[in-house]
Amino acid sequence: MSRTKEITREEKIKALVSGYLMPIITLTILVVFWEISCKFFNIPVWLLPSPSAIIARLVEFWPLLLYHTYVTFYESILGFLVAVIFAIPTSIAIAYSRMLQNTIYPILLVFQTVPKVAIAPVIVMWFGLGLESKIAIAFLVSFFVIVVNLTTGFLTVPPELIDIVRLLNAKKTQIFLKIRLPYAMPFFFSGLKSAITLSIVGAVIGEFVASSEGLGYIILAAAPQLDTDIAFAAILMLSIIGLALFATIHFLEKIFVPWAFREAR
Amino acid sequence: MIKDIIVVDNVTVEYYSRKSKVLAVKDVSFTVKDKEFVSIVGPSGCGKSTILRAISGLILPTKGEIYVHGKLVKGPQQGVGMAFQNPNLLPWRTALKNVLLPIEILGGNVREYEKRAIELFETVGLKGFENKYPWELSGGMQQRVSLIRALIHNPEILLLDEPFGALDALTREELNLVLQKLWITEKKTVLFVTHDISEAVFLADRVIVFKARPGKVIHEEIIDLPRPRTLDMKTSKEFLEHVKSIRKHLGLSYKI
Repeated sequence: MSRTKEITREEKIKALVSGYLMPIITLTILVVFWEISCKFFNIPVWLLPSPSAIIARLVEFWPLLLYHTYVTFYESILGFLVAVIFAIPTSIAIAYSRMLQNTIYPILLVFQTVPKVAIAPVIVMWFGLGLESKIAIAFLVSFFVIVVNLTTGFLTVPPELIDIVRLLNAKKTQIFLKIRLPYAMPFFFSGLKSAITLSIVGAVIGEFVASSEGLGYIILAAAPQLDTDIAFAAILMLSIIGLALFATIHFLEKIFVPWAFREAR
Repeated sequence: MIKDIIVVDNVTVEYYSRKSKVLAVKDVSFTVKDKEFVSIVGPSGCGKSTILRAISGLILPTKGEIYVHGKLVKGPQQGVGMAFQNPNLLPWRTALKNVLLPIEILGGNVREYEKRAIELFETVGLKGFENKYPWELSGGMQQRVSLIRALIHNPEILLLDEPFGALDALTREELNLVLQKLWITEKKTVLFVTHDISEAVFLADRVIVFKARPGKVIHEEIIDLPRPRTLDMKTSKEFLEHVKSIRKHLGLSYKI
């Protein structure tokens, strides 16, 4: 009678293969193709380093790269966390205030479309050349995405779901805790996923504008000197941070809102 | 004398849609007796859902008064349970947790009511599905869960707003039987809105017929068929006479 079929072992393996194995194989083929092309066409290292050359540099400059990775990681994660802390009350306030919905919310929506990269130099001017300006940019780029997503979650709760508890004379806090908040969780997580990757972009932009450390600084310093392999090693590290942070959020999402995944199926 | 548990007295409900004022129901009056099963039928747009929402206290009438248990309805009340066309189950809760939601809201002892919930699952034929999530249940099963959620806190009145409207004909008949069983075992006053005449007659002691634009009561049909009713009765002469009479009042005599 149940509509859910037990997932067999075979299906599990199949899902694993199509979910992880296929992309990994594709990536491996691409990297091998890149390596062979570099060797075969004799492409100079300063133009396009081969994967093996990048790895060699990564190993050679490991402690240095690790330090700068740490700097960029620290800047992005701090900007992201501060954004989360500010975004949650902001969204709740907007969701519960008609006035804010008509004043602040449209401005936020418009502001979200403004390329925040463009204001990076101004931020650096305001916050100085240190970490603060990078954290501020990382904060700025992630804050809006989280607020817009979370607010959308709060505001799109179907009124019928609220009627279910309103019928019982539910208090506002009960409606919030039992209906609005859980309903908005998947929206919140999709905001977090966009924000975490954007926060890294924000930190690197800050480093591009003015800095003396971080992976953005490394890339900016290496490229003009034609140390393209070092630049690529830094880019690789950036991708690794991005992937790791994204995976962390995705993992948390699966733990906290498993129903959102099931329902989409 | 049997007291009237619901009194709808000269009720008019207007609401504002985006541009214009809509007159949903005009000067509607009727009463429902304690433990009575009353169906409301009418064409779409006759305000039958509006009147149900007004009785529940979710909306307030523009004019006129509604009394439940002799008390003027000024807002939502505890003694009422309601289910809708859409089961409206919370996807993040299991079926059992969905059913227990009203208890959490009312501040009752959830553990205590869990036993009652499990019994209700059995009554509606959902034994063993307590810990399934809504997406794991079929439409008919979700509607059963929604019905017992409306009943869990033991309200005297059950308001049902086209609860089977979105289901296929076979599931609908099955759920009509489930509802009859619930009504007999739980002894509630039921006000049941539908646009299906046969369903209305099958379930009710009395059918109130509405006309549309603006919604107004035009006829009341007493259904004195014996209980418990069986699906076979739907083809009996008495049953069809009731259906025919209601059709006539709705002006539904299709001449081709």
